[in-house]
Amino acid sequence: MLTAILIMALGAVILGAALGYASIRFRVEGNPLVEKIEAILPQTQCGQCGYPGCKPYAKAIAEGEAEINRCPPGGQEGVVKLADLLGREVEPLDVEERPRQVAFIDERSCIGCTLCLQACPVEAIIGAAKQMHTVAAALCTGCELCVTPCPVECIRMEPVREKIDGWKWKYPVFEITPSKRAA
Amino acid sequence: MDFITPPYLTQDISIRRIMWRVLAALLPGIAVCLWLLGPVILAQLAIATLTALAAEGLMLRLRGRPLAPFLGDGSAVVTAWLITLAFPPLAPWWLTVVGVAFAIVVAKHLYGGLGQNPFNPAMIAFAVCIVSFPALMSQWPALDAGAGFGERLALILGQAPRLDALTGATPLDALKTALRLGEGQVGVAAATADRAVFGHIAGRGWEWVAAGHLVGGLWLMWRGTIGWRVPIAFLGGMTMVSGALWLWQPDGFANPLFHLFSGGTMLGAFFIATDPVTGCTTPRGQLIFGFSAGALACLIRIFGGYPDGVAFAVLLLNLCVPIIDLYTQPPIFGMKK
Amino acid sequence: MSALFQFNGGVKPATHKARSAQTPIDTAPLPTLLVVPLHQSIGSQPRPLVRAGEHVKKGQRIGAADKWLSSAVHAPTSGKVLAVEERVAAHPSGLSALSIVIAPDGKDEWIELEPFDPATLPPERVREILRDAGVVGLGGAVFPSHVKTEAAKTRALEALVINGAECEPFMTCDDRLMRERAEGIARGVAIFRDLLRPRRVLVGIEDNKPEAIAAMLSAVEAIGEDFTVVPVPTRYPAGGAKQLIRVLTGKEIPADRRSPEMGAQCFNVATAYTAWRAVAFGEPVISRIVTLTGNVERAGNWEIRLGTPLREILPLMRPKADTNRYIMGGPMMGFELPSLEAPIVKASNCIIAGSPSLFPPPAPEMPCIRCGACARACPHELQPFELYWFARARNFGKTQEYKLFDCIECGGCSYVCPARIPLVQYFRFAKSEIWSRERDKASADAAKARFERRQAREARERAEKAERLAKASERKAAPASTAPNDAAPDETEAARKAAIAAAIERARVQREGVQAGNTGDPDATRREEVAGAGIGQCRAVDAPDAGQDSRREGQ
Repeated sequence: MLTAILIMALGAVILGAALGYASIRFRVEGNPLVEKIEAILPQTQCGQCGYPGCKPYAKAIAEGEAEINRCPPGGQEGVVKLADLLGREVEPLDVEERPRQVAFIDERSCIGCTLCLQACPVEAIIGAAKQMHTVAAALCTGCELCVTPCPVECIRMEPVREKIDGWKWKYPVFEITPSKRAA
Repeated sequence: MDFITPPYLTQDISIRRIMWRVLAALLPGIAVCLWLLGPVILAQLAIATLTALAAEGLMLRLRGRPLAPFLGDGSAVVTAWLITLAFPPLAPWWLTVVGVAFAIVVAKHLYGGLGQNPFNPAMIAFAVCIVSFPALMSQWPALDAGAGFGERLALILGQAPRLDALTGATPLDALKTALRLGEGQVGVAAATADRAVFGHIAGRGWEWVAAGHLVGGLWLMWRGTIGWRVPIAFLGGMTMVSGALWLWQPDGFANPLFHLFSGGTMLGAFFIATDPVTGCTTPRGQLIFGFSAGALACLIRIFGGYPDGVAFAVLLLNLCVPIIDLYTQPPIFGMKK
Repeated sequence: MSALFQFNGGVKPATHKARSAQTPIDTAPLPTLLVVPLHQSIGSQPRPLVRAGEHVKKGQRIGAADKWLSSAVHAPTSGKVLAVEERVAAHPSGLSALSIVIAPDGKDEWIELEPFDPATLPPERVREILRDAGVVGLGGAVFPSHVKTEAAKTRALEALVINGAECEPFMTCDDRLMRERAEGIARGVAIFRDLLRPRRVLVGIEDNKPEAIAAMLSAVEAIGEDFTVVPVPTRYPAGGAKQLIRVLTGKEIPADRRSPEMGAQCFNVATAYTAWRAVAFGEPVISRIVTLTGNVERAGNWEIRLGTPLREILPLMRPKADTNRYIMGGPMMGFELPSLEAPIVKASNCIIAGSPSLFPPPAPEMPCIRCGACARACPHELQPFELYWFARARNFGKTQEYKLFDCIECGGCSYVCPARIPLVQYFRFAKSEIWSRERDKASADAAKARFERRQAREARERAEKAERLAKASERKAAPASTAPNDAAPDETEAARKAAIAAAIERARVQREGVQAGNTGDPDATRREEVAGAGIGQCRAVDAPDAGQDSRREGQ
C-alpha cells in the first residue's frame, strides 16, 4: 500500500517538475492566438466591427469580448475560418455581405481638403492640400472610411470589376440527374 | 448550350463497364459451381442480386440520390455475387439476404455510398455472418450426397431440416479439426489422404472453383481492369507463410498449394483485395497491402478459430490503407533521386 | 543516335489529324476588321504606341514590350486605328482585354523592313530583335523567346530541344509548317543554337508524321547543320516541353525549376521559323499558321493574321449546321472561345468546330472509386484522385502537399476517368483559388504594414507636438506677453474655416447643378424647354448649361 502511494507521489512530482520546466522552457511571449486571428482578418482596418482596426478586434475576439461575426469585409468565409480556429459555432454574418469595392474620387468635385487623406487607414489616397486627390485602387481596401469625411461628397464606392489577370476558374458543378444520362 | 470542360475528348470507359467486366470474370468460378452443385447456385445468386438491388434502391431513395445512374453502375450486383461466392453455396436464403443487406446498407451506404466505404462490403457481410451464425457459415455441401436440385433448393429455402448428410465442413476446416483431434498423432499426409474430401490438391471440387476464379482473375489482369500487384502479392504472402511453416514441419502444416487452392484464397486475391475503393492506391502500397493480407489470411486460417481468414485479413488491412498510402506516396516527375 | 527515354503514363486518343494534314498552308484573305489584343504573351502587357485615328503600316509596332519579360505587338496590315479599347479576348473567361482595333485600308503596305545576317550580330542585339519582333512560343504557351534564349549562368546548356511533336489531336499546323518550310525552321533553330550554345540540338517529332520528319532531315542536311531529328513515339502529351525533354534527354524538370538550370531548353518549330523571319527578313510576328478543323466542310491549315476575329474565318472552314462551339487549341487542353468576335492570337494554333456528336456533353460525374487510372495516365506521376479529393473539399493546403502545382493540366486524367470526373477542372479551380488567396494575403499584409507605419508616424508626431507644447509653455511661464500670440492663430483659423466653408458651398452648388441636369427637378423655364425639345436631346443639351449656370451663381 505504502509503496503504491509512494510510486504515485513520485510520479506526480516528476510529472509536475516536467510540466513546470516546459512552461519555462517553451514560454511564448505575447498571445499567439491574437496573431492567428489577425492573420484571418482582412486587414481593411475599416472599423466596421466597432474596434479601431483589425488588431484591436483580434484582441477582443481572443479575450472573448467580441463575437466572430462582426467583420463584413472578411465575409462568411472569414467567420467560418475564425470559428474553425477558435472552436466556436459558425454564426451568420451580422450584416449583409457585399462584393469587394474600392473608393473612387470624382476629380471634378474634389476641393483638395485632405480630410479623406487623414481618414484613410492604409494610406491609399494620394494628394496634397488644395490639390486634387486620387485613390490608388490597388492599395484601397474598400473600408469606406473616406466616404463620410468628404465635405463635398465626391467619394463613392465602386465594385471591383473582374479582370482577366485575376480571373478564377469556377468550381466544377455537375448535377447527377437521371435525365442527363439519356444524352 | 451545355457548358463542357476540357478535355473535350474522353476515353470510352465507365464505372459500369468496369463492374460488368468484374461480373464477367466471376463467370468461370460460377460455371464450376454450377457443374458441382447444379442450378441451385443460380437461385442463390438471384436471391443475392435482388436483395442487393432492393437495398441499394432503398438507400439511394433515403439519401435522396438519383436511382438510375447508381443502380445501373453494377457495383451492388458485384457485391451480391461476391457474397454468394464467399458464403456456403447452400446457406439458407435468409442468411444470404442478411449478409447482402448488411453489406449494402451498413458497410456501403452508411459510409456514403459508392467510393466512400472504408471496408470491403462483401467481407463485412462475411465477417458479420460468421460471427453471428458460425455453424451455418461453416457447412459446405457434401458433393457425394447425391441430392438433386429440388432437395438443395429446399435446403436453401429452409423447408428441409439441415441434414448432416447433405452438408459438411470445408476441407480447411476438416484438416484443422483432424489435426486438432489427432493431437500430433495424425499428420497432414494422413489427414488429407481421403481423396473424397481433399481431392488432388485442396478439396475435391472446390479446388476447381478456385481454379475458375484464377482464370477469371487472370483475364481481368490481362484486360487491365485490375493491377498485377495486389493479387500477386496476396498469393505471394499466402505462399510465403504457408511455405515457411510447411518446410519447418511438413507433417504439421499443409503445403502452400493446398492453401492457395482452398477456401477463399483465389476469390480474395483477385476479386476482394483488388477492390480499388478499399485498397491501397500507390504501387508500393498495393504490394504491402496484398502481401500483408495474404500472409495474415494464412495465419488466421491456420492458427485462428475460424475456418478461413481471408475476410478478417482483408478487413484488417482495409483499416491500414490510409496510413500505408500516406507513407508510400511515389516520387513525382522531376523529384526522383 | 542515343536511346529514347520514357515518361510515365500518357494517353492515346484518336488523332483526327488526317483530315487537315494533307491540305497545304493557304493564306487567309484580308479581314474587314482586325482586333489585336495587346497582351498576347506571358509577362507584362505591352504599352500601346498608337492612338485612335492614326494610320499604321503592316508590321508597324503598335505595342512595345513593357519590361524584359514582355513582347511587342504589331499591326497585321496597313490601315487606320479605329480605337484602343477593351474588346472580348480569346480567353475562357469571356472578359475583355485592351486591344487595338484596325480597319484595313486594303493596300497591305509594309513598313520598311530591316534584314540582318544573324551570324554578324551580337547576341544581345538578336534578343532585342526577337523581343521587338514579338517572337513568342507559338506552341500555345506564348512565353517570350528572347527571355528563353538567355543561357543559365550556372551551367552550360547540354541540349536544345526543338518541339515538332504536336501531340494534341486534330492539330496539324506544325506538321504542315515542317513539311513546307523546313529550311526556315532549321535556320531559326540555328539562331537559337548560336544564342544558347548547346552541346547538341535535338528535333523531336512524333512518329505519326513521317513526311515532316523527312522534310526536316533533308532541310538540316541542306543547310549543313548537325541537328539530330528524332522520331518520338506518338503518345499524348509527348509534345509537352517537359515530356519531350524527358524523352530526348532523360532529364526530368521539376515544377519549381527552369529547364536551363537542368541543362535543357525547348522551342517550338513555329517559334524557330518566326525567329528566322524576324532576324533575317526583319518581319515581325503578324500572322500564324492555324489549323481549322472539326465539324467543318473544309478542314485545312491557314496563315491567318493575328487579330482576325473568329467570325471572319468561318467562311474558310465552312462549319456544318450543327456546330455549337468553337474550341481554340487542341481538344485536350484547349478552351471554348467565348464569342465569334474573339480574335486569333499568337496562342491560337488550332480552331476546332465542335458539335454535340463530336464532343458529346459529359456523362454525369460519378463518385471516385479510386481505381487509379488517372495516376497511371499522369505524365507527372501525381495522384490525381487524391488531389481531386482535396480540391473538391476546398482543402487547398493538402492539394499543395500532393503537388498540385506540378500538374501541367494536360487532361490525361480526365480522359481516362471511368467516373467522368472533370479532374483537370478541379485542379484549375484549386490553382486559381490558391493564387487569388495569395494575392489577397499579400495585399492584406501590405495594407496592414501601411496601417502600422501610419500609426507609428502619428504616435511620433503626437509625441513631438507634446514636446513642442511643453517647451512653449516653459517659455510662456517666464514673460506674460501671450495675448497677441493667442489671437493670431485664432484669426488664421477663422480665415481657413471660412475658406473651407466657401469651398464646400461652391462644390455643393456645383454638384447640385450637375444633378439638376441629370436627374431632374427642372424649374419652370426649363420645363418649357423640355416640352419643346425632344426628351432624349434635352438631357444632353441641358446638362452643360446647368453646370455653367450654377458655376456662375457660385462665383
